Amino acid sequence: MNKFKAEIKITLRTGILDVQGKTVENALGSMGLGAISHVRVGKYVTLDVDAANIDEARAIADKACQQLIANPIMEDYVIDIKEA
Amino acid sequence: MKFAVVTFPGSNCDHDAIYATGSLLGEDVVNLWHKDTELPKDVDCVVLPGGFSYGDYLRCGAIARFSPIMREVVEFAGKGGLVIGICNGFQILTEAGLLPGVLLRNTNMKFICKDVSLKVCTSDTPFTKSLEQGRTITIPIAHGEGNYFADAETIKMLEDSGRVVFRYCDELGNVTTSANPNGSINNIAGIINEKGNVLGMMPHPERYSDPLLGCNDGIKIFESIKKYINI
Repeated sequence: MNKFKAEIKITLRTGILDVQGKTVENALGSMGLGAISHVRVGKYVTLDVDAANIDEARAIADKACQQLIANPIMEDYVIDIKEA
Repeated sequence: MKFAVVTFPGSNCDHDAIYATGSLLGEDVVNLWHKDTELPKDVDCVVLPGGFSYGDYLRCGAIARFSPIMREVVEFAGKGGLVIGICNGFQILTEAGLLPGVLLRNTNMKFICKDVSLKVCTSDTPFTKSLEQGRTITIPIAHGEGNYFADAETIKMLEDSGRVVFRYCDELGNVTTSANPNGSINNIAGIINEKGNVLGMMPHPERYSDPLLGCNDGIKIFESIKKYINI
């Protein structure tokens, strides 16, 4: 068994209004940072996985995302995985 | 008949639901803890109450879905048992896959706590039998994530099959954008599953069940369930 570290970024799916991102964007505009647009606010999750190899580790992390960490109806996620 | 009200860590409307179904409606009610593994055999209707189960960690309802009692609730629903999810209970039902779609953050980013008018879109459910179709009722909402969302195909399916049970409307019953408190698609406030035995709704009927509060439109939903079971 090897240990792997997964970094998971979760954002609202494209097309779903990200009201949190929009609010932050408006606040940035009020600060005079009108140069900033398309702000998206998401979640960042890290976790360790024990697995025989990186493919198995990715499959385990993917199952975790599909069934709990993200809700595929409203969220997209990206898994970045490497040996710990 | 017998109701079962499930308490999750963070539920805060469980006692109101027990009061509405037990003290006001006069039926038997059992309170279950999320760690319970069995639903009493004689339960006719399960209530998943409002609140902030597991502190809304990760997403509203996401963790509650894995509570031991939820396995029983899913099985009970699969056999046709009546399940009503109110507010956080609705969020749990979508996360558990018993109802389609998801509840997003309110478009105005605010937690909204106020009375709303609801249009009863169908009387043809076990939960709305005692309500006249097309009638407007007043029920309070109290949520930060009540913005119902599903993909276009799912919305079409819900609309075509008459599964939208309640819509936000104005006092005259007009379903308008200004009467939509949270940005829900098509002003959806409550939906039912395909078999017609699982209802999810964001508004809180248990909070407007006692006539002492000046409005008890909510008791009609519990009366409907009683009527359906006793037929």
